[in-house]
Amino acid sequence: MSDCHPNSPVGTATSTRKSDAGEFYTVALVGPPNSGKTTLFNRLTGLRQKVANFPGVTVEHHIGRAILDTEKEVRIVDLPGVYSLAPRSEDELVTHDILHGLNADVGKPDAVLLILDSTNLNRHLVLGSPILSLGLPTLVVLNMADDLERRGGELEVAMLASQLNCPVALVSASTGAGIEKVRQFLSGATARPAHFAQRVELPILQDVPGRRQWAGRMSSLSGYRAPAPPLWTRRIDSVALHPIAGPILFFFVVLVVFQSLFLVAPPIMDAFKEAMRISGNFLGSLLPAGFVRSLLIDGIWTGVGSVLVFLPQILFLFLFIGILEDSGYLARAALIADRTMRYFGLQGKSFIPLLSAYACAVPAIMAARTIENKRDRLATILIAPFMTCSARLPVYALIIAAFIPDTPVLGRFLSLRAVTLLGLYALGFIAALLTARMLKSSILKSERTPFILEMPPYRMPGWRSLFMRLVDRSWIFVRRAGTVILIVVVSIWFLSNLPLENGNPPKIENSIVGKVGQFIEPVIKPLGFNWKIGIGLLTSLAAREVIVGTLGTIYAIENPSEKNPGLQAALQKDLDLGGALALVVFFAFALQCFSTIAIVRRETGGWKWPIVQFTYMLVVAFVSAFLVNKLTHWLT
Amino acid sequence: MQLSFNNDSVFSLRDLKEGQTGVIHHLNLPEDLACRLMELGFLPGMEVTAAKSAPSGDPRVFRVDGAEIALRLETAAQLLLFPLPLQAVK
Repeated sequence: MSDCHPNSPVGTATSTRKSDAGEFYTVALVGPPNSGKTTLFNRLTGLRQKVANFPGVTVEHHIGRAILDTEKEVRIVDLPGVYSLAPRSEDELVTHDILHGLNADVGKPDAVLLILDSTNLNRHLVLGSPILSLGLPTLVVLNMADDLERRGGELEVAMLASQLNCPVALVSASTGAGIEKVRQFLSGATARPAHFAQRVELPILQDVPGRRQWAGRMSSLSGYRAPAPPLWTRRIDSVALHPIAGPILFFFVVLVVFQSLFLVAPPIMDAFKEAMRISGNFLGSLLPAGFVRSLLIDGIWTGVGSVLVFLPQILFLFLFIGILEDSGYLARAALIADRTMRYFGLQGKSFIPLLSAYACAVPAIMAARTIENKRDRLATILIAPFMTCSARLPVYALIIAAFIPDTPVLGRFLSLRAVTLLGLYALGFIAALLTARMLKSSILKSERTPFILEMPPYRMPGWRSLFMRLVDRSWIFVRRAGTVILIVVVSIWFLSNLPLENGNPPKIENSIVGKVGQFIEPVIKPLGFNWKIGIGLLTSLAAREVIVGTLGTIYAIENPSEKNPGLQAALQKDLDLGGALALVVFFAFALQCFSTIAIVRRETGGWKWPIVQFTYMLVVAFVSAFLVNKLTHWLT
Repeated sequence: MQLSFNNDSVFSLRDLKEGQTGVIHHLNLPEDLACRLMELGFLPGMEVTAAKSAPSGDPRVFRVDGAEIALRLETAAQLLLFPLPLQAVK
């Protein structure tokens, strides 16, 4: 996908024709935030970049190849949304740089697709003049044609085209209506010499009122009638932003999510677990007892399987996050949260990356690019890994299922297990906020930045794209189980079976794993962990959920095949309640994730912040786990 | 809901109650911030209607130029409005 292909002659589009030389013809997708650029990108390229219904989903450029009938290669570059060409945040800078040919990897685009929301034409056309004055061949794509029609708006496409002196297409990127015209432009763009007569008089760029007047004139000359206001959005907001009903709705949504993680997902998981056990036993019976069988069954099958079991729960979580993002509710949540965030030195906009960190910290850290203030952005990056990402879920779910009884708290609606899980999620969130407060009142102190956020209209989630996102997610999870976790599990199996004692595998305590574990045991003993948990912690540095695979393997080697009582039962023998709670608290706080460390290094431009962050989170995790362990013992 | 003010009183977006409309006179803000707000639609001469807000009343959503934009009241206070005749304020 990423052909890093320097288009060296950076000049105007009228310079050398790149496609003649057999090179790619590059078309940039430009438009205001939440105008549907990525939806169009996905449709044109067949790729699946993330889309959602709030401004600022795309924070870096993506490159794809347009699927056209012609032989010509057209590269499409999807860009973060901008309101103007004067960048105020990192994501807007990406767009600015590429449009001005400052990004050497992409090169200056040869043509532009300017995507505007047709239901909001007057305002979106303000971006028209700076883009048209770039002098590149441009197709103005008026998106959300279906919305415009449904809400009774009107527009003469041909008249707008003649006013702007460039082609205009009215499309719906989500349904695909009118997309042919875009494809025609793309194939024509490669064939037609790129001359662009600057016949239209454009207003001076810095003059926003002038640009807005120009936009208004253009649209009124094109017979534009703005659509009726989105009635459903107002109806939903009268509940979602109601002073009393709003917060109640918010907590209700959260509770439903957590309860369903324990109510709906487990039957699927049990079935999966049973399937793994039976297939494992069957495979085992085919193989002769000994080295190979032990590696395959006790090592790989049990180790990788014990992590894969958690896929349904993770998918449930992603489904809910996806619905929240696609519906447009997330922007409202940011609005409601602004007051609280302000108290902790941040603003509502930081809330969106933090919420998406419930899925994974890596995209969340990238999403922080939309925050204009550099110090606010850094603070958001530093606290994001405290949010309970989906990799923690397998660990939490395992420990909770093994140690927390399934007693009802509020009838059948809410069980103690769901409450415990909710508590762990809250714990991460509180740690994030307190850390933010600490940072923002000391090293990252700054002027308060204003909170400005566009509220998108509510939309039905695109079920197809939501489904594809779940498929992609499952694939990532399975691939990780097949690579990182597999490697760790196989290494653990080998190290647990070496050194051989008289040609036979040693007792696990005498193996390399056992020796290393016992060496580090004194450090973790105060937390209530024994050496096996210690080995799990060591391997979880690669990725959090690896600990589940590691423990699965260690216990399987300890109690081979049929005698294996299962991971939960084995843990119950090895940990008491204090140790179990200490373990989940440790996971709530520690930064055991290689990908996060790598992305923080990239986004902050050095090793300093990731090192500070890792150390800080480790200390917090260790101290809290110690206190929780002692407190539980003192109470019980 | 009624508002009473004389022509000298400074009247800003902050003073609009839910459902009330005003016309922007000027933006009393640093240039880059004013530019961004103008790009979002808060231009002199534009009609702005106050809509729903967060439970505490701050930030509030404002309807301007076909869009809904949330602003904190401290920012809204710097967007000054033309004094309106009483009947124009619903």
